[in-house]
Amino acid sequence: MNLATLSASYLRARPLNTALSVILLALGVATIVLLLLVVGQAEERMHRDARGIDLVVGAKGSPMQLMLAGIYHLDAPTGNIPLASARALEKNRFIKKAMPLALGDSWKGHRIVGADKAYADHYGAQLREGRFYQKPMEAVVGAEVAVRTGAGVGSTFKGAHGLGGEGDEHEDAYTVVGVLAKSNSVIDRLVLTSIESVWEIHEEHSQGHNPPKDEAREVTVVLVQYASPLAAATLPRQINSQSELQAASPAYETARLFSIVGVGIDALRGFAAVLILAAGLSVFIALYSALEERRYELAVMRTLGASPGKLFGLLIGEAFVLSLLGVVLGLLLGHGLASILGAWLERQQHYPVTGLEWRPEELWVAGIALGVGVVAAIVPAWRAYRTDVSRTLAQG
Amino acid sequence: MISVRGLAHRYGEQAALRLPDWRVAQGERWLVLGPSGCGKTTLLHVLAGLVRPSEGQVEVAGENLLKLDGARLDRWRATTVGIVLQALHLVKHLSVRDNLRLAQYLAKTPQDDARIDDTLGALGVGAKSARRPSELSQGEQQRVAIARAVVNRPKLVLADEPTANLDDASAATVVDLLADQAARHGATLVVATHDARVKGKFRERLEL
Repeated sequence: MNLATLSASYLRARPLNTALSVILLALGVATIVLLLLVVGQAEERMHRDARGIDLVVGAKGSPMQLMLAGIYHLDAPTGNIPLASARALEKNRFIKKAMPLALGDSWKGHRIVGADKAYADHYGAQLREGRFYQKPMEAVVGAEVAVRTGAGVGSTFKGAHGLGGEGDEHEDAYTVVGVLAKSNSVIDRLVLTSIESVWEIHEEHSQGHNPPKDEAREVTVVLVQYASPLAAATLPRQINSQSELQAASPAYETARLFSIVGVGIDALRGFAAVLILAAGLSVFIALYSALEERRYELAVMRTLGASPGKLFGLLIGEAFVLSLLGVVLGLLLGHGLASILGAWLERQQHYPVTGLEWRPEELWVAGIALGVGVVAAIVPAWRAYRTDVSRTLAQG
Repeated sequence: MISVRGLAHRYGEQAALRLPDWRVAQGERWLVLGPSGCGKTTLLHVLAGLVRPSEGQVEVAGENLLKLDGARLDRWRATTVGIVLQALHLVKHLSVRDNLRLAQYLAKTPQDDARIDDTLGALGVGAKSARRPSELSQGEQQRVAIARAVVNRPKLVLADEPTANLDDASAATVVDLLADQAARHGATLVVATHDARVKGKFRERLEL
């Protein structure tokens, strides 16, 4: 027997009160942990996917939409821009790297991105199998695409118009010539092909078999890396002044996105804080209201030689055991929910969230939740400390 | 063993309760008799170091209780005194065995299951060690309470109205068991009671 087993045996004898406190605390902790995981992973992922990309250039429209479509492939693009404008960017002295992408089709919900090899290199994607595309209608699939569709070198597939996977299928089939290794970036979820393939497919569609000249050709977005920090001051304005182009800064747009979503996150965070405080209150009420009933038991412990400090420690110990249970359950619940959410998100929009990751902030949450539980026990514990043994026993 | 002189205690504004001078030798068995409110419980609490008297001298087992501070007094009580109370004395959420273990834990003595079994066996409740107090009869509960009071082999066993809630047969048995257990451990026994059924049990009596 020790303080912990003694505390635990008391809590076991009052399962309903114990469960209420533990569940409230666990729900609060789980909510915060879930938020930490989801928001943290999303932020990390978005920063990683946008790394080295200072500007997204595309057709006029919503800059946030342009960023979501051009970098994260989460939204429909704002439209196309002339190839000539894209080529002009490559020559701009403020620009170190310009990667044009041609979007428009998808396969089983995975976007088919027409891009040069430089795009895959930008994310450090390595081939796991096969080779890179050389001719039109050859494709390389990202690691997740390969896992989810079972595609391998030699597979063929037909792209569907649009990005939702519900459009009409094109007639020409792509042949998979390579599979990429996992790069933990947006590339994992994409099908890569040459820009020419995308042109070919859409030109057949609209204009028969007469390949148009370069002037009529289009790309969807150009991902731009600045040559120097000075470019930030001039380049966006320079691009936006051209009638058909728009430049969106991923840094600015992601910050804007998180500030919009942030209201909801703050509300959830506040809700979780209320849950944890309610749990603290329930610990307080459970211990305090039981004092009257336990007066005799505590006095008897004093007759057996327990010091007042021991009784104080006993009640604090009970609160600690309660809080520890709540925190452990909350952490498990939070990670479990993140895993479930991750599985669901993967089916919906392919944005990965995992519950199998620990974040350092969770230690803070655990510490604060434990602290709230223990602080809630101080007043009841103080009353136990002050138990007047002789008087209590004389009344008993 | 016990020596009290000029003892008086005052509860709040009430008139002081005066207690007679009294000496008890090691191994003696005493009954403290008197009606309710005469100071029996107060005397026992003073002897157990649970209450500091307003006036007087108290020496128990060679210690001047007025000179022991809080922590040392608790420690002294845990190892020197075994207390049997009238009612509601067992910790409800602990098994019989754990109630005895609690006494060992709080006295900071080694937790010794063999001694617990031996003590429970001597009191005829060895088979009940895994039960909760609520599953026992009043008589059995009182036996467990006695077991808990003597498990640390105290030099002094104090019993406050140990027979109040018991039927005639159990009342007689409990006092006999207390006497047996005290003798077994060489302890001095003081039983405070107003129960007419047990008045004749011991030769040494203190009438309050």
